[in-house]
Amino acid sequence: MEEVLHIDSLKVSYGGIEAVRGISFHVDKGEIVTLIGANGAGKSSTLRTISGLVKPSGGKVVFEGNDITGKDPTEIVSKGLMMVPEGRRIFPNLTVLENLRIGAYLRNDELEQDIETVYGFFPRLKERSWQAGGTLSGGEQQMLAVGRALMGRPKLLMMDEPSLGLAPIVVQGIFEIIEEIHKAGTTVLLIEQNANMALHVADRAYVIENGKISMEGTGRELLENEKVRDAYLGSKG
Amino acid sequence: MEYIISVLLSGVSVGGQYALIAIGYTLVYGILRLINFAHGDVFMVAGLMGIYLAAVLPITLSLPLVIILTVLLGFAIERVAYKPLREAPRMSVMISAIGVSYLLQNTATYVTGGQPMTYPTIPFLSGTVDVAGTQTKWVVIITPILVLALVFALTQLINRTKVGMAMRAVSKDFETSRLMGIKINSVISVTFIIGSALAGIGSILFFTNYPAITPMSGAMPGLKAFVAAVFGGIGSIPGAVIGAFIIGIAETIIKGLPSSWDVSVFSDAFTFALLIIILVFKPQGLFGEAATDKV
Repeated sequence: MEEVLHIDSLKVSYGGIEAVRGISFHVDKGEIVTLIGANGAGKSSTLRTISGLVKPSGGKVVFEGNDITGKDPTEIVSKGLMMVPEGRRIFPNLTVLENLRIGAYLRNDELEQDIETVYGFFPRLKERSWQAGGTLSGGEQQMLAVGRALMGRPKLLMMDEPSLGLAPIVVQGIFEIIEEIHKAGTTVLLIEQNANMALHVADRAYVIENGKISMEGTGRELLENEKVRDAYLGSKG
Repeated sequence: MEYIISVLLSGVSVGGQYALIAIGYTLVYGILRLINFAHGDVFMVAGLMGIYLAAVLPITLSLPLVIILTVLLGFAIERVAYKPLREAPRMSVMISAIGVSYLLQNTATYVTGGQPMTYPTIPFLSGTVDVAGTQTKWVVIITPILVLALVFALTQLINRTKVGMAMRAVSKDFETSRLMGIKINSVISVTFIIGSALAGIGSILFFTNYPAITPMSGAMPGLKAFVAAVFGGIGSIPGAVIGAFIIGIAETIIKGLPSSWDVSVFSDAFTFALLIIILVFKPQGLFGEAATDKV
């Protein structure tokens, strides 16, 4: 299997406090990989470091064989790594269409085809094409955030807590779309507190605790794992 | 009647000149949330450059050169004095701006020896024309037309081009803009370049109408343009332009009142009183956006 992303003993500190303490994992081409863990376990820090927003204090990030450790986000995006940030972070003052176009900011080719593809995934966005992003509902904003990232034609799509603050029925819809996008050929790295949903769609998963990886396995293995069920899936797992 | 027309014309003209400076304040504020205190002094330096360049070059060369050099100055100020403080608290950047403001004023004093300098006569702008029976300088007619054309071009740039879209995105969210691949520093530089170019053009129009430039010549127009930007709602381009026209007209009317009333000396105080009144009723200014974004 061809490796898209390889993380080697990644360390991230904020003002002397280590949030990520030597994490190693990898994502293969065509996979959905998820990192699950409690609030503050270091999931978001890991993703923000991969995308270049945060500089790591140690370790290595290799994307498609290129070392991108500590590189600028512009350079990382240009290599085909797009992120759907936590909290969606739609540009409220840009229209839905502009939000999509800005996802393709570094591309200079024709975007019409890609816009149609995104509207195919999310017909609701097409109806609201000329509305300001800030006027959309939470679920629609999440669709837009995903669509915006797809506009960059990512080789790897990273999602930071896409279910955060959304109604269960909307979360269901978002995860269906994640699977659909994956089937269409995009490799996905997903971070979730909603471990149940994440493990159901994931090929492989890693559990992060206190800045370290404590467990790994296929989605199914971890769903059936006693410890994971107790800690992250509650009684219903 | 003729008197009223001439006062209004001159008010519109002064307002237009303030507008060109006010846009620079409002653009930079929109993106960096920084009140660029040096902007009025950049305007003054542009005026001085106009004098020194006109002494050695024909007007047709010196005027474009003034605009180019003003752009370079604005660009350099951002890179040297603001960019290194990108992660610093906003107050630090503001103090850096005040520092640049004094540096420009002191340098101007050093270069000119503190003497008032006479702005060159620009044939086309200084000539007079007859409007409804009133003798008026061409600059008075040209200013509002030029301002409206420039504002139109600027809004097209911001609303219809890729770099304009990036400016709007960066003004809302640095981090997410970076995740789109936008180079924040380039967008900020573009903002300073546009603001400085407009200040350069403004300086030509403004100083043509004034007898002399001193190192303090940027302070008052700069302050009033800043007031205009706040008045219109800082961050909003139409707001800054309309605010500038209102202040320019109001100020000229007060200055034009019969001298026996003895109020013209209060024209500057009036500008600020107007600002206070507006802000009491509309704290966001005329077109300012309320700070409530749905997340």
